[in-house]
Amino acid sequence: MLSVSGLSAYYGRAHILDDVALDVGPGEVVVLLGRNGAGKSTTMKAIMGLVPPAAGRVRFDGAEIAGREPFEIARRGLGYVPEERRIFTGLSVLENLEVGRRPPTAGLRPWTPERLFALFPSLGAMQDRPGGRMSGGEQQMLTIARTLMGNPKLILLDEPSEGLAPVVVERMAEAIRALKAEGLSILLSEQNLHFAQAVSDRATIIEKGRIRWSGSIADLLAADEVREQYLSV
Amino acid sequence: MENLVLQALSGLASASSLFLVASGLTVIFGVSRVVNFAHGSLYMLGAYLAYSLVTTLPRGHLGFWGGVIGAAVLVGLIGLVVEVLLLRRIYRAPELFQLLATFGVVLIVQDLAQMIWGPQDLLGPRAPGLRGSIEIVGMRFPLYELFLIGVGPVVLGLLVLLFHRTRWGTLVRAATQDREMVGALGVNQRMLFTSVFFLGSLLAGLGGALQLPRESVNLHMDLAIITEAFVVVVVGGLGSLTGAALAALLIGELHAFGILIVPKITLVLVFLVMALVLVVRPHGLLGKPEAAARGGQGSAEPVIGPAPPALRWLGLATLAVAVVLPPFLGDYAVSVLTELAIAVLFAASLHLIMGPGGMASFGNAAYFGIGAYGAALAAQWLGAPMLAGLALAPLAAGVFGLLFGYFCVRLSGVYAAMLTLAFAQIAWSVAFQWVEVTGGDNGILGVWPSAWAAPKLVYYYLALALCLGATLFLRRVVHAPFGYALRAQRDSALRAEAIGIDAFRIRWLGFGLAAAAAGVAGGLFAYGKGSVFPTYMGIPRSVDALLMVLLGGVQTLSGPIVGALAFTGLQEQLVRITDLWRLILGCIIVLLVLFFPQGLAGAARARWEARHGDA
Ligand SMILES: Nc1ncnc2c1ncn2[C@@H]1O[C@H](COP(=O)(O)OP(=O)(O)OP(=O)(O)O)[C@@H](O)[C@H]1O
Ligand SMILES: [Mg+2]
Repeated sequence: MLSVSGLSAYYGRAHILDDVALDVGPGEVVVLLGRNGAGKSTTMKAIMGLVPPAAGRVRFDGAEIAGREPFEIARRGLGYVPEERRIFTGLSVLENLEVGRRPPTAGLRPWTPERLFALFPSLGAMQDRPGGRMSGGEQQMLTIARTLMGNPKLILLDEPSEGLAPVVVERMAEAIRALKAEGLSILLSEQNLHFAQAVSDRATIIEKGRIRWSGSIADLLAADEVREQYLSV
Repeated sequence: MENLVLQALSGLASASSLFLVASGLTVIFGVSRVVNFAHGSLYMLGAYLAYSLVTTLPRGHLGFWGGVIGAAVLVGLIGLVVEVLLLRRIYRAPELFQLLATFGVVLIVQDLAQMIWGPQDLLGPRAPGLRGSIEIVGMRFPLYELFLIGVGPVVLGLLVLLFHRTRWGTLVRAATQDREMVGALGVNQRMLFTSVFFLGSLLAGLGGALQLPRESVNLHMDLAIITEAFVVVVVGGLGSLTGAALAALLIGELHAFGILIVPKITLVLVFLVMALVLVVRPHGLLGKPEAAARGGQGSAEPVIGPAPPALRWLGLATLAVAVVLPPFLGDYAVSVLTELAIAVLFAASLHLIMGPGGMASFGNAAYFGIGAYGAALAAQWLGAPMLAGLALAPLAAGVFGLLFGYFCVRLSGVYAAMLTLAFAQIAWSVAFQWVEVTGGDNGILGVWPSAWAAPKLVYYYLALALCLGATLFLRRVVHAPFGYALRAQRDSALRAEAIGIDAFRIRWLGFGLAAAAAGVAGGLFAYGKGSVFPTYMGIPRSVDALLMVLLGGVQTLSGPIVGALAFTGLQEQLVRITDLWRLILGCIIVLLVLFFPQGLAGAARARWEARHGDA
């Protein structure tokens, strides 16, 4: 589905990503793990074209997308859920969803506001509320829902559990499992190993902009020294 | 009493027209963040095109209204072409560069309009069916004005519907806040921006076309409306439609009643209001903080290093020519060189605020003018000798710089720039209207240098020494701890505060210092010309300074020097050889923006670094 290799990216002159490679298969949930500043968000932005990749290949759904513009990449069925959420604060919940709306994708059940409110019930209760007057958890759900309105085949989900209360994290995990059950592929970025292992099939560890380890969740749980070296704070 | 009602109504009519133009400007700014100086030109084109269409089409309702609508649509298309050919390529450039580009368009349109429609004022026909007047509270009020009063609210209503009831409107509102995110959701921003430009330009064109029955069409409409429209947009809050409507109402009525109460104040009234609003509400009546809007990722500004040796040699060579050559030149050439030296200092003073300071000023001419007037008034009223006058110039300019700067440096971005413009206009109108002291429009004559400095050549060397000294001093300041603090607060006020830099104080002092330097330039200019006039503080002179700095490049210290020499020299030569100097200068500016987005000196440095590897 998504296959990244040799990806490198810069902010100005600072070399942030070096030779990053990862894969996400159809219907698979892969988690990108790493400490603060490891390069998780930058990897996602580079895949999405928000940070222009300086080198490397990004293949998505059979086509090369590196160097394309974000809107073209999104139209091919790649959804992006930013870490900072970036809700349109002046727009209501329904209007936020409207911005994300795109035509249905063959083979996937099209998303509608009603279906999304079933997935995130708390959103349904505040359809006309401006995005600026929602809690962090509600905004996190809205930003995911907004991206789903584009009927993506794969979503890049950047630290969805960040700053959320444990109950809300639990609900987020359920939502992600529901999305996986719909057949959606997901590349997740996380620091929260507990959350990650609850929803992911495979893990990739990034540190200082390089991939250090890849394998199944079960392998990662068995590899104490890997977790010790790259994930403990 | 009856009079007041009529005055209020005519205020409403002006407010309505003003709103049409301002709404287009604010919508365009909201989405694209482009400070579109050319908006006034589109308004003017609307009036001219309406004139041509209405006078060619058959008379009657269809001809008139068809002509007005046709003109608006044509202007919309012109705006669309400008967006596609020019602005689309520079959305990622710094805000001020876009302003420079749109200013190039202003110059081009001015000459094109003159070529097509001629220099004389054109008087269009009255609107069919709305020629007469009706009786209101026992007095006659023109029907057409009444019609205009209705147009504003109708357009506002339609725009609100458009923005809140259509998908396009929702996308535009979303893009106003975070255009990158809108793109990541699959929306083609280019199409969105182009369509917004079409709409905004159409509104400007409509505003201009509707003026046809009201006033004559002329070549000054563009700059006259653009300042007012900017005031309305800024007072209302950038990007806010309702804010623009409120502000248009406020300004329209203030105009109408200001004339009744204090006729003299009308010229400056709008700027007083803007200054007041911005001091109390830094983002206008209904605006939101600019920082909330996100664009592409901005890369950090390059660090200003000491001049590379090659550049130093080039500078020394230029200086050697400037010292050795003049004795062999005629008086005229020496005067031109004097003006060049003064222009360099003037540009360098603005550069201190814009480059290291990170603030734009649209009103740097104020301090130039205050310096000039300080020297001239001292000569006229106190009989001060030249040297005393020259010493007083930076003092006066510095004091006013600190006074005005105290308010300006608290704001950011376009708001700060507009406040500097407001203060400059206030200073200008004092010079223009306080006739007893300043001589008003006639200026102050007979500000001649002392006998020893009277020969043009001697005065040139004096000016060169002072300008060079002051410019080098400003350079020095940038590399001193003060300069580092200034740049630290520019790059991140928060981080600067965290390491103990008082950002406000630093900006404030920087502003005052720049003002004092501009004052030196102004004082020298006054004695060089032997006279001072209110135009020394006018908007065109502030724009000149902006052009010099931007042409040269904001992020290099040699930028203002190169820019001042290039701009002043170019303009001087163009004015001499062709009537179409605006057209040519405008084209040059546009091309420079497209191909050298870092300015002349910036481009030279980039090439130099590419060849030598960066140091
Ligand atoms: N806009 C930017 N400009 C310059 N450097 C940046 C920018 N954004 C991130 N960086 C740097 O790039 C590196 C990787 O950042 P990134 O945001 O990808 O990390 P992350 O793994 O997502 O961290 P976190 O868990 O904190 O979100 C960091 O060193 C960071 O300082
Ligand atoms: Mg991150």
